[in-house]
Amino acid sequence: MIVDEIIFLALKSILRNKTRSALTMLGIIIGVAAVILLTALGQGIQKYVTDQFESLGTNLVFVLPGKFALTEGQFAQGPPNFAGSKLTLKHIEDLRKMGDIIEDATGQIEMPSSVKYKSESKFTTIEGVSANFGKLFNFKVANGRDITDSDVNLSRKVAVLGKGLVEDLFGASDALGKEISIGNGKFEVIGILEEIGTGGIGFDVNEFVAIPITTAQNLFGQDSIQTIAVKIKSKEDIADAKKIIENYLLKDLDENEFTVIDQSSLLTTINNILGVLTLFLGGIAGISLVVGGVGIMNIMLVSVTERTREIGLRKAVGARPQDILIQFLVESVVLSILGGIIGILIGAGGAALINKFITTSVTWWAVGLAFGVSAAVGIIFGVAPAIRASRLNAIDALRYE
Amino acid sequence: MTKHPPILTVLDITKNYYLGDVVIEALRGVNLKIQEKEMLAILGPSGCGKSTLMHILGLLDEPTRGKVFLDGKDVSQLTENQRALLRNKHIGFVFQSFNLLARTTAIDNVELPLVYSNISSSERRKKAIETLKRVGLGDRLEHYPTQLSGGQQQRVAIARALVNNPRIVLADEPTGNLDSKSGVEIIKLLRQLNDEGNTIVIVTHDQNIAKNTKRIVYMKDGVVIKDQRQT
Repeated sequence: MIVDEIIFLALKSILRNKTRSALTMLGIIIGVAAVILLTALGQGIQKYVTDQFESLGTNLVFVLPGKFALTEGQFAQGPPNFAGSKLTLKHIEDLRKMGDIIEDATGQIEMPSSVKYKSESKFTTIEGVSANFGKLFNFKVANGRDITDSDVNLSRKVAVLGKGLVEDLFGASDALGKEISIGNGKFEVIGILEEIGTGGIGFDVNEFVAIPITTAQNLFGQDSIQTIAVKIKSKEDIADAKKIIENYLLKDLDENEFTVIDQSSLLTTINNILGVLTLFLGGIAGISLVVGGVGIMNIMLVSVTERTREIGLRKAVGARPQDILIQFLVESVVLSILGGIIGILIGAGGAALINKFITTSVTWWAVGLAFGVSAAVGIIFGVAPAIRASRLNAIDALRYE
Repeated sequence: MTKHPPILTVLDITKNYYLGDVVIEALRGVNLKIQEKEMLAILGPSGCGKSTLMHILGLLDEPTRGKVFLDGKDVSQLTENQRALLRNKHIGFVFQSFNLLARTTAIDNVELPLVYSNISSSERRKKAIETLKRVGLGDRLEHYPTQLSGGQQQRVAIARALVNNPRIVLADEPTGNLDSKSGVEIIKLLRQLNDEGNTIVIVTHDQNIAKNTKRIVYMKDGVVIKDQRQT
């Protein structure tokens, strides 16, 4: 028999039992669709995070307190040591003055705290920032004004609020010029930020409160600052800039007291975590693919028993054992490949649908893998029933009731 | 009759089955020659070994001892694949329970042996239609077995046995599942096919069926007890 004949025969046989074939394929369909959908979701989140990161502005190098390994492809060994930070405002000033490949530098203190306006209260992140913080991180003030150098120099009790927080505290009424409480201090609202996407730097900009960094030091009783962000003029200079910053800080600090990282290594780390998550999700979905394969084997075994007389007859009229073997094997492979194709369509369709709410990204490797695995499942789980069919004795098979 | 060379010859064949320690001697030294264009019946009660003999004649099974010749060639010790090829080309089977593929049209059922002999699908279709016409089912080509009467189903099965122009047709109780009227028609058809030059062997326990043939081979307890030609 010729290959296309066998495939045609398998299709005919599958169509002869439409309901059973559909139920058999269901396991594979669900498995493949789940693999496609979940990896698309994982990839989508990864893409989303990357985009968000890039919207924050590239060419940024961060100085974090304490020593922790964050090399390419590795996870942080413990969190940055914010409490014991030895970084100071002086460091920011020095770095700003350095010029050359360093464009600008800013610093930040971050503390969780509740913010009150009249009876409304909200627990959120308080960011003590330098005047140029917004510029470096692409935050823009929509109403009112931003924090200025004089605010920082005079430790003024002024605050710039994220759009979401304004809505929470003030509802529809105007927030500018109103007085809010943070801890024991009273602050005047001087600006409201434009609504922007959630950053990858650990807080939701739409919900945060920015106050002058010196005011924050007073408020929280700290002399140090938590993070320094340095903007480098060009991407190519990032490696050099990291060295310059390190050498500068080593004059003042011990090697163990700070870590210089750049966005790309931060992004790599996050992407690694998300990549593992995607694989994990795909792996769980893959289990259902195997279960689907077992379903195919089960049905094929039933089918062999049910069609014992057919097998006997085919042998009587001249089918060789390998003809029977190939027939049943092709049948299970066609079933699983059909299931795979339908699963891919459903998975991709589902991903496109979800894309309206959450970013999804169907990848070719996921489609290829799902297709390959479903074909492999068909072969692996089709072999046992096919061998059983091919070994049936024609005389016994013809007598089988 | 003897002017034609024998199609099938079995020489002193025995067949033993083993059920645990017990040996069942299904055939105990059978000799038989089947000539071209013959129509004969192998007659005997159940358990006499006639089905076993038919399986050996049809190359579905091998004898424990003895020789089988097909057109003068020794076919007693062949591989399964070689026997499959010979069955496909030279032997047609008709079974008591028809053994048609369910949910498969008459024409597709008849095409089945041709599927295993590398014949193009258009040629297969042509041959299947031709053969179905020969058995009087030219107007039932696309019918499914469930849409056909028992007699018609057996005709489809006979067409399937004939489609590859075999040297011999082996029919195992071909009327066993039919009412007497349909049975008579099937026997008539087999006789007509014999008149057209086909060699036909009917295996039966029914004297009335057997007497429609030109030769009756009586079997009992695994041996041929009488080989009688009728006038």
